[in-house]
Amino acid sequence: MRHLMSPLDFTTEELDKLFDLANDIEKSPEKYAHKCDGKILATCFYEPSTRTRLSFESAMTRLGGRVIGFSDANSSSAAKGESVSDTIRVISCYADICAMRHPKEGAPMVAASKSLIPVINAGDGGHQHPTQTLTDLLTIRSLHGKLNGFTIGLCGDLKFGRTVHSLINALVRYDNIKFVFVSPTELRVPDYVTDMLREKGIPYEEVIKLEDVIGDLDILYMTRVQKERFFNEEDYIRLKDFYILTPEKLSLASENMLILHPLPRVNEISVELDDDPRAAYFKQARYGVYVRMALILTLLGLS
Amino acid sequence: MLNVGKIEEGFVLDHIKAGKSMDIYEHLGLDKMDCTVAIIKNARSKVMGKKDILKVECDINTLDLDVLAFIDHNITINVIKNGEIVEKRVLALPKEVRNVIKCHNPRCITSIEQGLPHIFFLADEENEVYRCKYCEEKYTER
Ligand SMILES: [Zn+2]
Repeated sequence: MRHLMSPLDFTTEELDKLFDLANDIEKSPEKYAHKCDGKILATCFYEPSTRTRLSFESAMTRLGGRVIGFSDANSSSAAKGESVSDTIRVISCYADICAMRHPKEGAPMVAASKSLIPVINAGDGGHQHPTQTLTDLLTIRSLHGKLNGFTIGLCGDLKFGRTVHSLINALVRYDNIKFVFVSPTELRVPDYVTDMLREKGIPYEEVIKLEDVIGDLDILYMTRVQKERFFNEEDYIRLKDFYILTPEKLSLASENMLILHPLPRVNEISVELDDDPRAAYFKQARYGVYVRMALILTLLGLS
Repeated sequence: MLNVGKIEEGFVLDHIKAGKSMDIYEHLGLDKMDCTVAIIKNARSKVMGKKDILKVECDINTLDLDVLAFIDHNITINVIKNGEIVEKRVLALPKEVRNVIKCHNPRCITSIEQGLPHIFFLADEENEVYRCKYCEEKYTER
């Protein structure tokens, strides 16, 4: 039985198949509307993440399946002290596939080791969030047309951003990608990432200001810069505007640049840009459903 | 070298980092065995300055040498039969260690889930980096 713990669990060939399936679902959703008739997805969310949970629920519902689950640890047996191992053994009796979100890193892996049904890691602490990464890859592949030969700018909190690290690790498996890291010095991408890129001979650049590089980018991946990540108020005030995408900055970008964001957004992309054809973050949310549909079908052996 | 009784059948662990012999004694479970064990601490060594030595009178195959390799793969093993060294073994870093060390990451599932084996895998042989199988945090000695 197959589980999904990390985006690297699938080879790039397997990912291509998964994305082909997702694109076919996008094209002809009616073909898939009853693929999961009679199947049940359990969403076991030990911490709230409404967006991810709804995306999974939407995916299973669009496939004709049903959903059961809990959305925070307090309303679950975990509050009574039940272990993850015991919970998944019981869930295995109730459902055909499980999406698990847990604040502790490695919890979904523990579940997978005891489970009789496929387990999808829906986020485990600061560790992995593979369906977000698959969403990002599918969005790039669908809208940019390919997963190689582009320059991607990653902007914002690159130090703590799990989404960003995971995306970088997934992208280094493809050819001719250049990375441009845009962040304040305090929040620059960790050394192990740049060490890895150097070792693999993958080009990258680190800059402080978005407008210095935005013209070179094919894809701009925005993330949130949280105030509490800064050491002091002054730095925050001095730097915060560097990482907000405004119409002025976007005017320096290419006509075809894609703007991605894992959402939810706070203020790092001006709402005036939402109708710009380059703004792809809401489409990204739709691809998140398609990729989860494709994943559920694949793990259930129904593809 | 100091001579603490010659052993007839067993093995000698040499070139143990000074002060580490008691850790190894525990990790190998020698405290639970009833064979003769000699622990020599801070012996003089040309190469290391000081070193520890363990002499154990039991069959080497009853021990988990992966644990030993994990703790210090520079340790050399001399297998003794009839009072003579019949074999020298070199240790290789084990690909995986189970229940020898614990993950220090407070966000790791091993910090709350009961009964989980503590598993680390060799992530980088050159730099001797082990990572927790669950959270992938690098192991650092404390
Ligand atoms: Zn761990």
